[in-house]
Amino acid sequence: MSLDTATVRRIAKLARIRVDDAEVATLQTELNAILGYVEQLNEVNVDGVAPLTGGAQMAMRLREDVRTDGEIAEKILANAPDRVDHFFAVPKVVE
Amino acid sequence: MTIAEAGAALATSKISAVELTAAHNDAIAALNPRLNAFITTTPELALSQAKAADARLKAGSAGPLTGIPLAIKDLFCTAGIRTTAGSKILSPFVPPYESTVTQQLLDAGTVFLGKVNLDEFAMGSANITSAYGTVENPWKRNGSDAKLVPGGSSGGSAAAVAARLAMGATGTDTGGSIRQPAAFTGLAGIKPTYGRCSRYGIIAFSSSLDQAGPMARTVEDCAILLQAMAGFDPKDSTSAERALPDFRAATKGGVRGKKIGIPAEYRMDGMSPEILALWEQGIAWLKAEGAEVREISLPHTKYGLPVYYIVAPAEASSNLARYDGVRFGARVDGEDLIDMYERTRAAGFGAEVKRRIMIGTYVLSAGYYDAYYLRAQKIRALILRDFETAFADVDAILTPTAPSAAFGLGEKMDDPVTMYLNDVFTVPASLAGVPAMSVPAGLSAEGLPLGLQVIGKHFDEETVLSVSAALERAAGFSALPTIRAGASA
Amino acid sequence: MSSYLLQGNTGTWEIVVGLEVHAQVISEAKLFSGASATYGGAPNAHVSFVDAGFPGMLPVINRECVAQAVRTGLGLRAQINLVSRFDRKNYFYADLPNGYQISQFTHPVVGTGVVEIELQDGTIKQIGITRLHLEQDAGKSMHDQHASKSVIDLNRAGVGLMEIVSEPDIRSPEEAGAYLRKIRQIVRYLGTCDGNMEEGSMRADVNVSVRKAGEEFRTRCEIKNVNSVRFVMHAVEAEAQRQIAVWESGGVVEQETRLYDPAKGETRSMRSKEDAHDYRYFPEPDLLPLVLEQDWVDSLAAGLPELPDDKRRRFCEQYGITFYDAGVLTADQITADFYETVAKGRDAKLAANWISGDFFAALNRTGKTIETSPVSALALGQLLDLISDQTINGRIAKDVFEEMVETGAMPSAIVEAKGLRQVTDTGAIDAAVTAVLAANQDKVAEYKSGKDKLFGFFVGQVMKAMAGKGNPALVNEAVKKQLG
Repeated sequence: MSLDTATVRRIAKLARIRVDDAEVATLQTELNAILGYVEQLNEVNVDGVAPLTGGAQMAMRLREDVRTDGEIAEKILANAPDRVDHFFAVPKVVE
Repeated sequence: MTIAEAGAALATSKISAVELTAAHNDAIAALNPRLNAFITTTPELALSQAKAADARLKAGSAGPLTGIPLAIKDLFCTAGIRTTAGSKILSPFVPPYESTVTQQLLDAGTVFLGKVNLDEFAMGSANITSAYGTVENPWKRNGSDAKLVPGGSSGGSAAAVAARLAMGATGTDTGGSIRQPAAFTGLAGIKPTYGRCSRYGIIAFSSSLDQAGPMARTVEDCAILLQAMAGFDPKDSTSAERALPDFRAATKGGVRGKKIGIPAEYRMDGMSPEILALWEQGIAWLKAEGAEVREISLPHTKYGLPVYYIVAPAEASSNLARYDGVRFGARVDGEDLIDMYERTRAAGFGAEVKRRIMIGTYVLSAGYYDAYYLRAQKIRALILRDFETAFADVDAILTPTAPSAAFGLGEKMDDPVTMYLNDVFTVPASLAGVPAMSVPAGLSAEGLPLGLQVIGKHFDEETVLSVSAALERAAGFSALPTIRAGASA
Repeated sequence: MSSYLLQGNTGTWEIVVGLEVHAQVISEAKLFSGASATYGGAPNAHVSFVDAGFPGMLPVINRECVAQAVRTGLGLRAQINLVSRFDRKNYFYADLPNGYQISQFTHPVVGTGVVEIELQDGTIKQIGITRLHLEQDAGKSMHDQHASKSVIDLNRAGVGLMEIVSEPDIRSPEEAGAYLRKIRQIVRYLGTCDGNMEEGSMRADVNVSVRKAGEEFRTRCEIKNVNSVRFVMHAVEAEAQRQIAVWESGGVVEQETRLYDPAKGETRSMRSKEDAHDYRYFPEPDLLPLVLEQDWVDSLAAGLPELPDDKRRRFCEQYGITFYDAGVLTADQITADFYETVAKGRDAKLAANWISGDFFAALNRTGKTIETSPVSALALGQLLDLISDQTINGRIAKDVFEEMVETGAMPSAIVEAKGLRQVTDTGAIDAAVTAVLAANQDKVAEYKSGKDKLFGFFVGQVMKAMAGKGNPALVNEAVKKQLG
């Protein structure tokens, strides 16, 4: 499979990364090189193989329903690039 | 001086933690402008921690790491100290919390000298993708002053410890990011079993692969550090609820009667004869120490790298979605919310990170998930099965760590895939989640360090450490890098 | 059951509706963090670094949230999956801190089930449940707090949500409303969600399509975040009408996300979510598979309260009341408990009549609920006792009840204080009857000439003369006797 420039732009849009025309061309070449490289995986017979979904092979622990966190609004907002009082602020969204 | 030796000297008051720390602060001040190993140095904080360590030593409540100065990979969140992940997008970020691993090291009384450089978001094998500049490998080829890469992504950790700017360092390893830079800089470094060290507070690259581990000048030092770094953490759902063995004791275990597997598939076409020779030497050493060596097969080895370059970017594309300029980090304003996101992320991420986000987004996107991501996870299952089958017959596996010695800055940069090939020997253990360690085992013809890799069973770091320590003793690696504290430059 | 069809220019159309109900889990802490799950709070107060998606933060699942999902699944008579998984649903939005929502896509904790809904004409219809899965809620974006900015509050981000997905079995606005009310009733009975749609703790995404008789399904549109039963019903109707108009004008309905505007009574396209359709689901690598022990599920099942349908059937059998009355009295757990307290050891039909009649009317009139009612179940029970043992008659009981509503006093105290005991002394009754007949000789004459209806008039006059306290049966008897 080989990516065309429209796909590169669509992926960039989906990933929320602005790309200019020159970057699209470079990315197209590089991404196609990577996709070409991983093509060899098609050689492997994976019939009946269950995918490995995580790094650890165990069941999940469940924590108790106790409030142990929160009530730290000032710390939560301390790194915010923009804020209004105790809210995070972003450019106005029109729904 | 090793951590073990320094610990003994501190315990017997031959030196003080403040003296030890001050010496390292001075070395950093002298050499870091050249090596660029540290992104952020915290000399005053280090001294105050050293004072506290001295008080603990005096009070008799010290442990083996009390007063030991360390470098912390800038991927570990450190409360009140800027943490960048090597990215521009986190340049203003000061975490209000401490990672579990660094908290445990602080509790052990270690001293943090600063935050060390890395490939951006740990994506790289040469420490050339950092927004804070490349790191210079303290080692030089014979008769050459050409700048070499320290490996990556834990390149700052490797350079700092190799150049004696720190006694040990934390690293993280997703596909080889501890082992490959350790090999490139003549250090020991272990990626423990997935789940052995908590990932809480470590900035995520690929969640199913990321593991923290130590880098130090000896196997024993790694064991001492790992003892403090590892352990169950209820804040990480993938953390293993298991008792820790005595890792330091394991380094003395020896290999007599141990069965060591040599995987045929790691003998790859076009491999450097030097690396092959070193591998043969390692086999001979282990035999001489009483190990039983046998050929094994890990049939899906060659698919490790392509699987990795699907799985890791897929997870990364999702893990890095939080860097959107809303709650923390750098923002670039835009006309509307989407424009703000796109500008922020375009300006905040470097080329390699963008590439991986793009690939990861693509392989997860509608219509491609099955062909790429799902197929990769199935082959990942086969790779795990390979190891499980092999470990039914052997206790550990010996391979080279990397296909070459450290290369020059600017080399291997023709295309991303050439760079990715650095990780060909380290990636399979990451995908299987098994522990693996790199030990310095010799020098290349050009005088650069080469490493051997020991891979063990899940949660059997003890065997990995005992085999690695045996190799270390046999190799007697004593070469020193050209650039190091105390050496006349 | 009459089928609901919409008339278009090209014939009649059938509506096909499926609902995705998002129900906030009742728990102390959030699904994956230890921050409070309580509604409200100062901006960003109930937020941990995990909820805000800070670097290096990791989710750890809350056992109670899982238990609540399992309880709800059991209440929907659904299959409980002992192994389920979490996935990431990736999209960018200002109130989605991680850039992904942790949800269950391929392996939900609860599988297929069924609920019964009752329609106005009394028909019972089964609506299939496709699945129930656990996921995180998002935060809240507010667009009207600042002139040039939207502001974000993450208090709700990370609160556990159950998404209950129905089969496309719903065929009318009425069924959609009945289904949503039924789900709300079940989760409220179970105590797994408070069902409060005004506060957003329950809301629905409504999938609507239309088709002609016998056709396959046509393209559907999803109306997001509808927050009342009434709006769901209106939205179904409005969206169906819109789609019919599109089809009939030769157009094609596009699959898209829409919003219902209650002020205009119409749906409109949500432009801001247009390109968010490729969610790139993949298994959440920060979590392991959720594996439940059958014993644990069994213990949750054993601890479930009686469900509304079961309770309703039991009320009919045990108390001999009508299916309709039983429905009213089991509408919610508190009403049902109130009824059972009053009915216990008493005339259960009388109790049902009093509660669904005077008692509910009084609550309505005074704007009170059962919890804040001035008349307790104990007091109402005592009133029924006073009627049964003939201390007061039914007519006086109404007055006593009004007094109870007003003052909160016990009925026995009111009866004593006001001397409202009924008169059963036949001598006193006879005297009163004699006096009334004497004063109305003309009417007596009319009665005797055949105007039977006047009997009631004499009884009324006697009761009036006795200030309403006469025993009605004895008064009747005495009037009859004296009129000969």
